[in-house]
Amino acid sequence: MAEPRQGWGAGVAILAVVPLVLLVGMIAWLFSDGAEGLFATDLPPVESVDVMRHVLQNDVIHLDVVNSGPDPTTIAQVMVRGAFWFHEITPSRELNPLQTARITIPFPWNEGEPVEIVLLTSTGLTFDYGIEVATATPGVTARALSRFAMLGIFVGVIPVALGLTWFPFLRRMGKRGLGFLIHLTVGLLAFLVVDAMFEGFEAAHEMPSIYHPQALLILGFAGAWAMLAGLQLRSSSAERSEVSGIRMAWLVALGIGIHNLGEGLAIGSAYVLGELTLGAMLVAGFALHNATEGIAIVSPILRQPGSQLSRLVGLGALAGAPTILGCWIGAFTYSQFWALLFLGIGAGAIVQVIGAILGGRALRETLAPINLAGMLTGYLVMYGTGLLVGAA
Amino acid sequence: MFLKSGDPIRKTFGAGLAVLGLVLLIGAVVFVASSGEALVASTDSAMHGSMLVGLDGLDLTPYRNNTVGDVGTDRFDPDAYLTDELESTTETLADGTVLRIFEVEAVNKEIEIAPGVFFPAWTYNGQVPGPTLRAREGERIRILFTNAGDRPHSMHFHGYHSFEMDGAMLSQQVPPNGSFVYEFDADPVGLHMYHCHATPITQHIHNGLYGLWIVDPKEARPPARELYMMMNGFDPNFDEENEIYAINTVAYHYKRHPIEVQQDELIRIYLANITEFDLVNSFHVHATFFDYYPTGTQKEPRDFTDTIIQGQGERGILEVRFPHTGDFMFHAHKTEFAERGWMGLFRVLPAGDGDG
Repeated sequence: MAEPRQGWGAGVAILAVVPLVLLVGMIAWLFSDGAEGLFATDLPPVESVDVMRHVLQNDVIHLDVVNSGPDPTTIAQVMVRGAFWFHEITPSRELNPLQTARITIPFPWNEGEPVEIVLLTSTGLTFDYGIEVATATPGVTARALSRFAMLGIFVGVIPVALGLTWFPFLRRMGKRGLGFLIHLTVGLLAFLVVDAMFEGFEAAHEMPSIYHPQALLILGFAGAWAMLAGLQLRSSSAERSEVSGIRMAWLVALGIGIHNLGEGLAIGSAYVLGELTLGAMLVAGFALHNATEGIAIVSPILRQPGSQLSRLVGLGALAGAPTILGCWIGAFTYSQFWALLFLGIGAGAIVQVIGAILGGRALRETLAPINLAGMLTGYLVMYGTGLLVGAA
Repeated sequence: MFLKSGDPIRKTFGAGLAVLGLVLLIGAVVFVASSGEALVASTDSAMHGSMLVGLDGLDLTPYRNNTVGDVGTDRFDPDAYLTDELESTTETLADGTVLRIFEVEAVNKEIEIAPGVFFPAWTYNGQVPGPTLRAREGERIRILFTNAGDRPHSMHFHGYHSFEMDGAMLSQQVPPNGSFVYEFDADPVGLHMYHCHATPITQHIHNGLYGLWIVDPKEARPPARELYMMMNGFDPNFDEENEIYAINTVAYHYKRHPIEVQQDELIRIYLANITEFDLVNSFHVHATFFDYYPTGTQKEPRDFTDTIIQGQGERGILEVRFPHTGDFMFHAHKTEFAERGWMGLFRVLPAGDGDG
């Protein structure tokens, strides 16, 4: 039997195109007159409209909506608190699938009250949206920027920095202590992954299914993991050595930084949506929760000689500062997409970090009782401090 | 799981993973940025194009409880409904009795119940409410009914009639493409109604099969400007609650197009409530009082008031004059209904002006 021919002749190119041509031909026929009515039904269109976010200004409610159904739809009227209300829709009341629009409703909403809004389509279907607690959406002003930056600093930057100050103490620990600590880090990180992914799937339920939110979450997760894993394999193979402690510390900081960006997003948006009342208790909870992340960052570099001060500052900034950015994004331009994508990216990045830490070790070492205890302790510490921040 | 350093497979694998990850991330960001475009749109509200200013410069923009747009009158004109009656032919029977003959057809038709909101109605003669049937006490009434719909329908009249003419029992439902002749005396005097009695009856009535049936007394009521009004509601999303309420079907029609009347002119309103799902509906008029004749069967008014309540199927005649000129609201004093479309205006013009 002859070998199949190899190479890139014109014949091969045609072979590649044939299936595409057939596919295009079939689709063209489906839309032609000949096939008209073949799959047509008298059923009314399937309509779905989702509100992506709301913006509240003085006596005005803005809603950003999307047609999340397979058919065109027209938003005919808007009801606020059970009453028809004047409104404008830009660019159009008629929305094709996936088309978005902004509904602007001048309405005398009151601070702190819930507001129920109903969108009535041309076929009489209704889509409800509830604002749980009405509160003015911050504009992008210097004051609001600095306010949310402060929030990010308190829940992200300071706690991580405080965690890093364990460094002088931790580097005096013995070999067994260090092993315990590194596996404690693994436990901490594992909690973050579990927490982020379940939160992501929960959030995905509330998103229009037309966006395949679960797939979006996995996209972020797999994308982040694959990219970091690829980078690590390439760089470590070039140096022909195991991942160095320093590189590992940066990887951990990067993973945690991406995670904290997502956390900042969640905090900023929850605050703006009125779902979160920020009190000293909550900020303290986040501080405790995130301080443990500092341990995770420093544990790989405890055996590095010399002063580490400038490196610690850099690691802390990489891990903590994204919280500020996240708070800004969440507060000013929140979208479910970004939130979900970053939850996935954060989790994927951390999985890669866990893989890098454990990958350099023998399974026997990882499963030693003291190290198992370390992992369990790390997980439980995160679980305990997580209770302090509740749903956030 | 982790390949040894320097392995060429490992190198390729690593590079592949890095590229894959990069592509996935870029794809995700592009996807999000494009689909979420409107999400980061400016929050400046450049609108308020139709800004209204009230007392002392008060910005009225946020306080506008109304629908947006208007309803075309080519399908159904609520202004015409106020005064239109179904045309009839008459014959004189051997004993001198006048036989009045109406033709009514049940037909499916899409109607517009609020600007841009369409409802697949079941109608009499293509309109909701159905046409107003009016006759004089003592006349013999014959209705040639055909069912052009796709479900059994009937006409059940309030008033005296024989069992065969009741149109209510299952056995009395007229099948699609079928027809039936209803015949009875115009009795008693008063404001009544007719409606479909097929099952499920809530759906048949809610979908639009109802109308006014008026029997005038032999001695005519005093001359007046006469208006027909049915309080109805619609549940277009089928959650068994009305989203839209109206007088004569179209939400806020008479608010957008006030009913013009003359100062001190006698206005006689034939008012009936056919609203499904809610226990009662109500009628309230501003800046005046009216005489109320429940069911229109008595010569003396039962009440002198500005607000009445009607349960479903209840009806009555209101006689009212406006002593002052200006725009005066009339609406359900169940304000929830008023906020959902059951609100109109009388535009009272000085005597001698307008078309009133």
